[in-house]
Amino acid sequence: MLKIDTLTKRFGDKTAVDAANISVDKPTMIGIIGRSGAGKSTLLRMVNRLSDATTGTITYQGEEITALRGASKRNWQSRCAMIFQQFNLVPRMDVVSNVLHGTLNKRSTMVTMFNLYPQADIHKAIEILDRLGIAEQAPKRAEALSGGQQQRVAIARALMQDPKIILADEPIASLDPMNAQVVMQSLRTIHEEDGRMVIANLHTLDTARRYCDRVIGMRDGRIVFDGTPAQLTTGVARDIYGAGSDFSEAATSTEIETLDRPELTPAAAFA
Amino acid sequence: MADISLSGAAQTVDNIQSTYMAQVQRRRLYGGLNLLIFIILMVSGFNIADDRNAGGFWDGLHQIGDYPADVLSEAWEKRADLPALIAKYFPALVETVNIAAVSTLIGAIGGLFLSLLGTRGLAKWPRLIPLFRRISDIMRAVPEIVIALVLIFVLGGGPVPAMIAIAIHTAGSLGKMFSEVAENADLKPVDGLVSTGATWSQRMLLGVVPQVAPNYVSYALLRFEINIRASAILGFVGAGGLGYELRNSMAWGPGRFDEAAAIFILLFGTIVFFDQVSSRYRNRLTEGQGQ
Repeated sequence: MLKIDTLTKRFGDKTAVDAANISVDKPTMIGIIGRSGAGKSTLLRMVNRLSDATTGTITYQGEEITALRGASKRNWQSRCAMIFQQFNLVPRMDVVSNVLHGTLNKRSTMVTMFNLYPQADIHKAIEILDRLGIAEQAPKRAEALSGGQQQRVAIARALMQDPKIILADEPIASLDPMNAQVVMQSLRTIHEEDGRMVIANLHTLDTARRYCDRVIGMRDGRIVFDGTPAQLTTGVARDIYGAGSDFSEAATSTEIETLDRPELTPAAAFA
Repeated sequence: MADISLSGAAQTVDNIQSTYMAQVQRRRLYGGLNLLIFIILMVSGFNIADDRNAGGFWDGLHQIGDYPADVLSEAWEKRADLPALIAKYFPALVETVNIAAVSTLIGAIGGLFLSLLGTRGLAKWPRLIPLFRRISDIMRAVPEIVIALVLIFVLGGGPVPAMIAIAIHTAGSLGKMFSEVAENADLKPVDGLVSTGATWSQRMLLGVVPQVAPNYVSYALLRFEINIRASAILGFVGAGGLGYELRNSMAWGPGRFDEAAAIFILLFGTIVFFDQVSSRYRNRLTEGQGQ
């Protein structure tokens, strides 16, 4: 389905993503892990075409995504939804309007300006919000919601696009552990029930291990690991993060239970 | 942070959908009414203005190109003289640009003080904020040309009255723009400086000015462009510079249109030149290359 072939992105003389090769043949939930600056975000932004690749290609069902321009590029973006770390909603507009932004690719600017979304779309938006458990917030301004609720609005906007692929760039990095769990569970449910492909950048190992079918590790722009969560041993994780022997998985964890794990000493937590 | 399960049973989805739809319909109705009122006002306003006009808009519309055509055709006939005329009027151009530069500089300094004294949270005397704001309102409410006419009457013609007139207007409008930037400035550095016992001027100089400087310079450059045009126009009322020469050559009518064309070329070229230079500098400043 999705094939990424020697995809490279350079900023000046710095290589953010270095000849990445990924091939996905069925809708999968994929977690990309690595340190900040490893190129995870750049990779996702290239898949959505928020930024252009320097060299290499992305192909989806035989269509070369990296070659799309203008309207066909925007159409691809509508089929490939993106969720951001900072939610990227329009703060002063109400929740339903933000969700309806998912249909912008199908609507003209005039329709958008006079708020003439079809009733069916508005009803669908509220149903999606209900599915994510935040239908009560529908008429509120997006900025009035908590972080976890805002991220679920962002997921609702993505679902409104009815995409084949959902890209999530650090979706839980700004959230507390409880909300992080709700958001990750929502993404997992969407993957299982709707059969959509989900690719998420994650910065904690245990999240990737718990929610994803496949884990890709990146280090300094290169893909250094690609396999199942079971193959992701502590040794491999140390390689991905470039950490020494004092590294333990619990050190990156945001799970509440890890606080009770005996092996986590205060020293390891600050390592 | 209300969680899902706590309030989930309170409202059904149907309920939320119908409430929201009603809200959307009300909003659409208001939007439509606003648009309708706007169109009615525009059309009726245009018709009233057209009726009161001596000539009439539609009658005069086809003559709009006549004057430029006269100027252009005469200038084209005498195109051999143009370089000499441009050279002749170049000193007048320098005078015009000088007026603009000096008045922008003086106006920017005045605007800086007006803005810092008239911004909540920064002002030295918080009670006098309305006073400084009104001063800056008055300075920009009076058109340059009115101030210039009064000053020319008092001081006689020449570049100095024009310079003062433009500087007053510049101080007023930059004071407004500067104070909007200053309102958004982060007050934490100022608090930090207060905690060390710094005076008001030290706090402004070290805590506020570094934050707002790129925006201030960018606004001042924009104002400089506007002031070049203003100082050219003030020449029409006897303030010297390029505008004075332009009025002479235009008022004399056919026969000296080549001179008018030469002055237009100079003015146009200057404005384009300074526009390009200042937009380049403004881009560099706002994109933060100065760090």
